Amino acid sequence: MKRDPLARKGLLRRLPEAWRQPLAVVGVVIAIVWLVVAVAAPVLAPHDPLAQDLPRLAAPGPGHWFGTDQLGRDILSRVMYGARVSIPLTVMLVALSVLIGGLLGACAGYFGKWVDETIMRVADLVFAFPTVILAMVVAAALGASLTNAVLAVLVVAWPAYARVTRGLVLGVREREFVLSGRLLGFSAWRSLRVDVLPNVTGPILVLATLDIGTALLLLSGLSFLGLGAKPPSPEWGAMVSSGVEVFDSWWVATFPGLAILTVVLAFNFLGDTLRDALDPRTARAIKERAL
Amino acid sequence: MSLLTVDDLVVEHRSPGRPVVRAVAGASLEVNAGEVVGLVGESGCGKSTLARAVCGLNSVTEGRIAFDGEPVTPLGLRRRKLTGIQMVFQDPYASLNPRRRVGDQIADGLRTSGDTVTKPADLLERVGLPRDFAGRHPHEFSGGQRQRIAIARALAARPRLLIGDEPISALDASAQSQVATLMRDLAVDSGAGLLFISHDLSIVRLIADRIAVMYLGRIVETGATAEVWANPRHPYTQALLGAIPKPDGLGVLPAELPGDVPDPADPPQGCRFNPRCPHVMDVCRVKDPDFGPVACWLHEPSRAHTP
Amino acid sequence: MTLTITDLKVSIGGKDILRGVDLSLQEGRVHGLAGESGSGKTMTGLAVLGLLPHGARVTGSVALGGRELLTLPHKELNRVRGGEVAMVFQDPATSLHPMLTIGRQLTEHMRHHLGVGKGEARARAVELLGKVRIPGAQEAYGRYPHQFSGGMRQRIAIAIALACSPKVLIADEPTTALDVTVQAGVLRLLRGLCDELGLAVLLVTHDLGVMSAVADEVSVMKDGLVVETGPRGRVLREPAHAYTRSLLDSLPDSSTDEGVR
Repeated sequence: MKRDPLARKGLLRRLPEAWRQPLAVVGVVIAIVWLVVAVAAPVLAPHDPLAQDLPRLAAPGPGHWFGTDQLGRDILSRVMYGARVSIPLTVMLVALSVLIGGLLGACAGYFGKWVDETIMRVADLVFAFPTVILAMVVAAALGASLTNAVLAVLVVAWPAYARVTRGLVLGVREREFVLSGRLLGFSAWRSLRVDVLPNVTGPILVLATLDIGTALLLLSGLSFLGLGAKPPSPEWGAMVSSGVEVFDSWWVATFPGLAILTVVLAFNFLGDTLRDALDPRTARAIKERAL
Repeated sequence: MSLLTVDDLVVEHRSPGRPVVRAVAGASLEVNAGEVVGLVGESGCGKSTLARAVCGLNSVTEGRIAFDGEPVTPLGLRRRKLTGIQMVFQDPYASLNPRRRVGDQIADGLRTSGDTVTKPADLLERVGLPRDFAGRHPHEFSGGQRQRIAIARALAARPRLLIGDEPISALDASAQSQVATLMRDLAVDSGAGLLFISHDLSIVRLIADRIAVMYLGRIVETGATAEVWANPRHPYTQALLGAIPKPDGLGVLPAELPGDVPDPADPPQGCRFNPRCPHVMDVCRVKDPDFGPVACWLHEPSRAHTP
Repeated sequence: MTLTITDLKVSIGGKDILRGVDLSLQEGRVHGLAGESGSGKTMTGLAVLGLLPHGARVTGSVALGGRELLTLPHKELNRVRGGEVAMVFQDPATSLHPMLTIGRQLTEHMRHHLGVGKGEARARAVELLGKVRIPGAQEAYGRYPHQFSGGMRQRIAIAIALACSPKVLIADEPTTALDVTVQAGVLRLLRGLCDELGLAVLLVTHDLGVMSAVADEVSVMKDGLVVETGPRGRVLREPAHAYTRSLLDSLPDSSTDEGVR
């Protein structure tokens, strides 16, 4: 039986080759830039994001490189501070979805029978609704606030992870090493924890990375609709929303919009690269091109 | 009392929309402590299903499987108490957890048997691998090495019965007899019984004390290895042995067995081998030879001692 | 028409896979290529047909009746593949297209290489299926690969390989995935076809028993080189090279009755 050297290598060893792809580099660079901005915003931002002391609706120029909005606030500073709001929230949101959805899906896949039935039917119920509409309904029902928007997105996001995890667990559950473990006296929980879960994280990680963009869009979307961040919070979606009112002053909506765009793209590139690195077949193609 | 007794075992497979298939259709087998029994047969004969049923991985439809006199319970969600039966599987690339170190996996077996003295490295030595392999991950090893590690893990649990489900089929030809002999030696030395399943008769001949030949869900012949090899009685066993090409350089083409294995969902009437049997008689087409050690009307056990 | 391989060297990614292989095939003779995995025997077969993986570097000569195959332009090589040199692979489950009827797979081949019409192609296909002893060739023509057993699929693969009457057949472990009784049938078929059609057959296998039953000449490969070549009887009974001897010794039946319990 042939040994596929690339399939044998662990994730960390395959990453270096995959990361050298141009898209991956772009993704990493953008992500790092935003990380720095998010962390160092208080230092980097030229103005206080909430101060309304600049001339209103001033076009981009010296002193306010991204222009100012209808209340005289510096858009550049608000975009920078927005990173501190949007990015950590989004990442936390996805992490929670993965945790909750993943755990539920794993239980469904491993224990089967009524556990599976119950969890999957609830998931199906959520799937039956259009994502954005359901998120809007939940956010509206809970009351407009950033926390509730996060909860709303969580409600619509967990089933996808549950379904993917369940599928992966079903596949791993029958593998011989899992059976060996059970024959050695592993309890079902030990088997799930030690044998099954560590072997399904790869594809889920890819899904989560690709999902960060979607989550950000959904969160921003809710804020855009007034169901999320409340003013004067410098959340990007809310900023785009207020910018739409003054469409002539294009800079008010465009810059926060671009911020969202670049972060979504960066994580999409990263997610694609991660997926290519993890899939032994595409990883091999990358390696062969390099030869 | 024998270690393992399989009595008229029937294992059925149900797929939705298809008729029920009896993968094992009434098989009986015995394995004693310290004995190696080779179960041979070709694809679809049900040998893997039988092995899995013995472990509790497949549920039993009819018949009994008794280990040390106690019935074998199917593997459910509860922790398995019956750790005296261990199995080595066919695919070396799926038999170890890719994310855990090899030593940790062997340690699982030691924990099962309550052995606090032996170290995983000791077991690696016993299967012929260097001690420092314990800290490595499975992907760093070849198929043959992985199988040895899987054997070490199974043996760490001090099983009384070790089952090998085609454990060498996926290995290089040179590794096959080595690993088979290793399994035999380690099992017998520890007083365990070994049920070795394979389609490769030459290897089974090397390590087994007794051979059982399986065809379409039934065991058609059992006997001491040397006996069965020198003097096969069931026509299928004869065909099986005759089909093995010998590496003697003489250019002799092996004998062909005409026809195909029938669909297990629709086995022939009477003796299951009758459509392909060169010595078929009228009774074979009607009545099923349901006796041992040779399930063939040509070798019906004499009824000379009826009281 | 003979196939001669001279000093064939193949390296992939800086690693030498074949280090100077010499081999010669004759009409009507089966040449066995033995060796363990990693010896390069499969690569040799692939090299003849130009089916090496991306990025492989090849030097040496593969001459088919005087024509050099390694330097043939793409179009010419495509004509040779299937038309003059055909190949049968190991795994009957993946060597046939699962979505096309076997009749279609046979006739596609023929119509591409030989340019025959539909009716004639069909007649030839049914005849070929009969030749490889598929029962009920007429109905089999319209069936799909999954409806046949492994042994049957391998026979079909052989029929497809022979569809355009090639001169050379390369069989890469054709019976390794088959049960032993099924293997016996396929080996008889291969030998019969070789004799009847005057094929030059390169039989690549690690199984020395198969080699002994079917091959006329045997070459043993190790680490990308042929270490021994000769008539089958001589190589398998009186091996000259230590490696061949060790291969024979490692067989379970090697010392006849020794080791029998």
